[in-house]
Amino acid sequence: MTAPAEPLLTATGLRKSYGPTPALDGADFSIRPGEVVAVMGPSGSGKSTLLHCLAGIVRADAGDVRYDGRSMAGMSDGERSALRRADFGFVFQFGQLVPELTCLENVAMPMRLSGTKRRAAEKQAALWLDRLEVADVAGKRPGEVSGGQGQRVAVARALVSGPRVVFADEPTGALDSLNGERVMRLLTEAAHDTRAAVVLVTHEARVAAYSDREIVVRDGKSRDMERAA
Amino acid sequence: MSIGHALLGLLESGPRHGYDLKRAFDERFGHDRPLAYGQVYSTMARLLKNGLVEVDGIEAGGGPERKRYAITDAGVTDVESWLAQPEKPEPYLQTTLYTKVVLALLTGRPAADLLDTQRAEHLRLMRELTRRKTAGDLADQLICDHALFHLEADLRWLELTSARLGQLAAEVAR
Ligand SMILES: Nc1ncnc2c1ncn2[C@@H]1O[C@H](COP(=O)(O)OP(=O)(O)O)[C@@H](O)[C@H]1O
Ligand SMILES: [Mg+2]
Repeated sequence: MTAPAEPLLTATGLRKSYGPTPALDGADFSIRPGEVVAVMGPSGSGKSTLLHCLAGIVRADAGDVRYDGRSMAGMSDGERSALRRADFGFVFQFGQLVPELTCLENVAMPMRLSGTKRRAAEKQAALWLDRLEVADVAGKRPGEVSGGQGQRVAVARALVSGPRVVFADEPTGALDSLNGERVMRLLTEAAHDTRAAVVLVTHEARVAAYSDREIVVRDGKSRDMERAA
Repeated sequence: MSIGHALLGLLESGPRHGYDLKRAFDERFGHDRPLAYGQVYSTMARLLKNGLVEVDGIEAGGGPERKRYAITDAGVTDVESWLAQPEKPEPYLQTTLYTKVVLALLTGRPAADLLDTQRAEHLRLMRELTRRKTAGDLADQLICDHALFHLEADLRWLELTSARLGQLAAEVAR
């Protein structure tokens, strides 16, 4: 173990309401480079809302999110979406791949969007498909592959442009345990190798067991379980 | 686990010496807890007495570890009926954790913290088993998964009890 690095992404006192009841009611979070932190808790407790605030997809009503020393509240929408493209990767419960594109094109997409030439992007995409053990589906469309394969393609897409933080919201939620475990093993191995931090939202303990530590969200409040023990 | 049945089962493929049996057992089933030699010999003595094994030969040099054991027909029948008989599912009705939660509520101590501390401890073990599983072979995976599914069940109970703590506190106070 090397000396603990400075946190890469932190949030303090986050509040967010969609209606009368708050989705987040004073949540804190912090993650260091290369760390995998599980966000656990019952459904409806505010896990996804926390992830959206951390990733700058949703603006919190109160509280602060700091990424790499900068406050996200002070950024314009354009700055935040540029940050998401450059530094963040995303994996959701249902792959959310573009159905008209092949798996290879889907994985190459983030690099294409940030200006990489097609040939170079697809070469890099092919490496990531291979690493996620789905090289064989490169030419297929998402509708033609299994759920487990689709999620591994989604993980490849999340990692292809070398993000510093990967946000994964129930990445195994639609998979059986064997496929879920495979996705988790490949995701955490790849993240450790590339020193990407992973914010892993899950309500399943066996999935959270792939993390380095966990926080629990209940009724919009977070609890750091390292301090509980 | 029934060590006697496991050793008998290992003898079905051919006679073995005591030390050889221990090695075979440890390799396949020992994992965290290798068998003690003493346990092997006391088990073999019992199987011998019950006619489930017989001494197939003794090497020069003496000592119990020189005995070679072979399974008898009665032993084969015994293994067969053990395998055919389902294990009684563990009823899990005696739980220390439940007792601790109720006592915490009764004595006005923080029951929610107790549950969270336990939760963190369970997840810590689950992480360790997951690391072992991802580094291991298929046998490690299956054995770790068995433990992981049980720990997960405990953890779900802890989570559910956390959510019902207010209700339980009201009942306990009556
Ligand atoms: N876009 C939204 N509009 C209205 N309510 C929402 C929205 N997103 C989340 N909520 C509400 O906020 C609460 C927390 O939701 P969420 O963060 O999705 O929880 P979790 O991911 O833990 O299941 C829930 O009560 C949910 O109904
Ligand atoms: Mg959610």
